[in-house]
Amino acid sequence: MAEIRNFTLNFGPQHPSAHGVLRLVLEMDGEQIERADPHIGLLHRGTEKLAETKPYNQSIGYMDRLDYVSMMCSEHGYVLAIEKLLGIEAPIRALYIRTMFDEVTRILNHLMWLGTHALDIGAMTMFLYCFREREDLMDCYEAVSGTRMHATYYRPGGVYLDLPDRMPRYEEKASKWHSEAEIRRRNDARHGSLLDFLEDFCERFDKYIEEYETLLTDNRIWKQRTVGIGVVSPYRAKQLGFTGPMLRGSGIAWDLRKKQTYAAYDRVEFDIPVGRNGDTYDRYLVRMEELRQSNRIIKQCIAWLRQNAGPVMIGDPKVAPPRRDEMKQDMEALIHHFKLFSEGYCPPPGEVYAAVEAPKGEFGVYLISDGANKPYRMKIRAPGFPHLAAMDEMVRGHMLSDVTTMIGTMDVVFGEIDR
Amino acid sequence: MTAQSSMEERLDDLVDAIEGQFEESGIAYELNRAFGEVTLQVEAGDWRKAAEQLRNHKAFDFEELIDLCGVDYAAYGQAERADLDIGEAGKRFAVVCHLLSLSKNVRLRFRTFCENDPPMVASLNPIWNAANWFEREAFDMYGILFEGHPDLRRILTDYGFVGYPLRKDFPLSGHVEMRYDAEKRRVVYEPVKIEPRVLVPRVLRDDNRYAGRAAPESEGG
Repeated sequence: MAEIRNFTLNFGPQHPSAHGVLRLVLEMDGEQIERADPHIGLLHRGTEKLAETKPYNQSIGYMDRLDYVSMMCSEHGYVLAIEKLLGIEAPIRALYIRTMFDEVTRILNHLMWLGTHALDIGAMTMFLYCFREREDLMDCYEAVSGTRMHATYYRPGGVYLDLPDRMPRYEEKASKWHSEAEIRRRNDARHGSLLDFLEDFCERFDKYIEEYETLLTDNRIWKQRTVGIGVVSPYRAKQLGFTGPMLRGSGIAWDLRKKQTYAAYDRVEFDIPVGRNGDTYDRYLVRMEELRQSNRIIKQCIAWLRQNAGPVMIGDPKVAPPRRDEMKQDMEALIHHFKLFSEGYCPPPGEVYAAVEAPKGEFGVYLISDGANKPYRMKIRAPGFPHLAAMDEMVRGHMLSDVTTMIGTMDVVFGEIDR
Repeated sequence: MTAQSSMEERLDDLVDAIEGQFEESGIAYELNRAFGEVTLQVEAGDWRKAAEQLRNHKAFDFEELIDLCGVDYAAYGQAERADLDIGEAGKRFAVVCHLLSLSKNVRLRFRTFCENDPPMVASLNPIWNAANWFEREAFDMYGILFEGHPDLRRILTDYGFVGYPLRKDFPLSGHVEMRYDAEKRRVVYEPVKIEPRVLVPRVLRDDNRYAGRAAPESEGG
């Protein structure tokens, strides 16, 4: 008789469905997985160490690069921690802008997740659909901050600039790729302000979600690949430190936006979807409903922002830079500007932990200050880290092809896991 | 605003519960409340026992370990790190947990200072399974050993990495750099050539605006 041995299979680190640089060492019994050992850290950049060597404000840009599909939510967590330490609060308009862009970010993130997750399991079309919509939202990012992804838009004490009155347009000239009529069509929604553009998107988006759901929700193949795969019980989900849709998929109605509210979430209406079985399909349904709820929140924020003008940054010159025209006239303003950008500010000694409901779960920043202009220690609590740690438990006994399902349902991004 | 005041009330209840319960079980502890957060500090010897109480006792019910990390206090309160004074045998490495109770909707920071040389503390892995990777990370970054951890390997650094990168005496640019050598046809490691430099010096300022807030009893908002 031949000797029967387990295979060891190397998955990644350069595998398209590894969602970045994940190396998985899988111990297989035939096609069944006996043990999975994720090797992470291939994208480790030492963000925490870098933050210790820079004034507080200079690390905001690193936050975008952590979870590079939910940029502004990570900024939000960091900025909230600094605000807590300084004892300041952003003006109400800034809170609404943050709420709105957090939800834009959530849609961006969930569309990315949906597209790649579906692609991994074999539904090609979803990917194209999702990226079509992401394009519009990235244009909103660009209009407000100048960049499509790494915005550095949130600042301690508010946001960098108020929303623009004018949306950038495509040049009305036919090119090799686009006819003039085509360009005119693309410019249709761009004649008003950013809020007009976003409102137009929101009107369309509910219909898009319907489109996605027709393709997937009752699809036989989709169900075969997701129902009953990667089941996590509520008890295990808590034991393993799950947060966000991973926790809600297991039937626990926990959402920081409701339970420990921040920004303007206590002033808008939305519901928290929860799953029942804790499998991949339920987590899919939870995220789809979150898309609808995000859209609902954005609409409410647009309505409020249209009605209420006001400052978007606090007036404290120790934290917020002075206006450009003030600097030309006022000596004090010039000094404040110089001090703020060369040395920064010194918060009081102490430690704070601030968390936001990022699209992937709880994103937290733990800051220790010893009264210096740089953080003494910064720890980033990335939601994906404990989720990926549960990989071994979740794939045990499943087939090899379910590994990609599992990576997809966890919605991992290595920027935040490796930091 | 109502949500915030009730959070304060929940923290009051938590502080009362800790005082009552830990007094009873004879665990020495230190409580600190600042910035609207509660920090509980225990001795390294009581780490596991205190954690078990926080997880299992009805008065606390901390079902989730949200975060666990190491902290190196060697340079705390010092302006620049060039003249770092590590020699002092005192409390250097701490392990900090952030706990969350879903049922009571309250958070707690839970800390202990490790016994020095090598820094060691009991693993919380049997109490919260989420601690597994967090403890591996703390070991990787600070060299803190967790007694009873099932699989204490490095996690984020490169295969074969030497040193503990987040310690305060580890230089920002590291010790070695890597490049591909065309002649040897493999990747080689060499000592770093980057000159260490400081763009913005680290300064500590006494700000009288925060004079009242730095006190441990103060309440943040």
